[in-house]
Amino acid sequence: MSGERASWPLYEVFVRPRRGLNHVHVGSLHAADDKMALLAARDLYTRRNEGVSLWVVRSDAITASSPDEQDPFFAPSGDKVYRHPTFYPIPEDVPHI
Amino acid sequence: MEAQFEAVIAADARVEPRDWMPEAYRATLVRQIAQHAHSEIIGMQPEGNWLTRAPSLRRKAILLAKAQDEAGHGLYLYAAAETLGVDRAELTEKLIDGRQKYSSIFNYPTLTFADVGVIGWLVDGAAICNQVPLCRCSYGPYARAMVRICKEESFHQRQGYELLMTLMAGTDAQRAMVQDAVDRWWWPSLMMFGPPDGASPNSERSMAWRIKRHSNDELRRRFVDMTVPQAEHLGVTLPDPDLAWNEERGGWDFGEPDWSELQQVIKGDGPCNAQRIERRRAAHEDGAWVREAASAYAAKQPAREGSAG
Repeated sequence: MSGERASWPLYEVFVRPRRGLNHVHVGSLHAADDKMALLAARDLYTRRNEGVSLWVVRSDAITASSPDEQDPFFAPSGDKVYRHPTFYPIPEDVPHI
Repeated sequence: MEAQFEAVIAADARVEPRDWMPEAYRATLVRQIAQHAHSEIIGMQPEGNWLTRAPSLRRKAILLAKAQDEAGHGLYLYAAAETLGVDRAELTEKLIDGRQKYSSIFNYPTLTFADVGVIGWLVDGAAICNQVPLCRCSYGPYARAMVRICKEESFHQRQGYELLMTLMAGTDAQRAMVQDAVDRWWWPSLMMFGPPDGASPNSERSMAWRIKRHSNDELRRRFVDMTVPQAEHLGVTLPDPDLAWNEERGGWDFGEPDWSELQQVIKGDGPCNAQRIERRRAAHEDGAWVREAASAYAAKQPAREGSAG
């Protein structure tokens, strides 16, 4: 039994709920290969018409930012308030802006 | 790091998989989520017992869909547990070896088809009471799994109640069958909320960590208050002579479950403990060749693609 441990890779599952929306991460599953992952994802995450399209991707293929460097990593955008429209005062009687 | 964790909890925000967390928080979650996942998986058995004997195609299709949902719920939960650094195959081994537990309710037998209805109404009803607050659990992946599960549980409870309404509109024998099932499942359903608050040592810490939101007794009272009018509507008697409306509290007073029975079932001496685990072990072992075949097929694919190219 221990021989089969962890031999099936982990996949992350993304579902597009309907046309016009992005695929959204819904969970993960183990499968022997890509095709099996897709079939299992259909059975597991779309039993009630939750989606019109599925993506599965091996978890080890995802490169993620580290939670430990959360602050420094995202710091460059932190002090740029001028990127937001609210940074610019416009008189209230100017229309459509 | 600990301060950051405490700040997230205090702000009622969510802890996510790769955040630092106290080891005891992680261990508590692994234990609870694994136990919850195992309950969903073992929970397929009592009802699965009736799959081939459901009285109509309609009832059979409903029951099959419900059993598939339980399997799905188990898998959502194993996926959530894995984000805490444990391995799904290892959890299955721990269940089969008896090192991890599942809800004691699934150690009771399903003697008649009315049991299928009562499980949906009472057992899934109690599960919903327990699970709705878990949608706001401090651990993100667990909370998100619970949101999906709760959406689906509502079907489980309603199909059970509808099944019972159908039986109650039938013959005297069918009504007696429903009452008998209610008599057997009522007390075990109340025990699903766990021991009384005074005897639940881990509750306080789980509540401080916002894994749990309400105490066992609080949830039990809520369940009784919800269920009494449903029983009246159905026309069955809940088997508790102490059940009485408490005007002052605005809720129902009820008798004390037999806690020694709960302890006995948890320890492994319930009516079906051995049978449930044996069945799970057999399913796991019988499925070994399928897992091996899928692995072998997957291993062959890159070689085949290579030779074709």
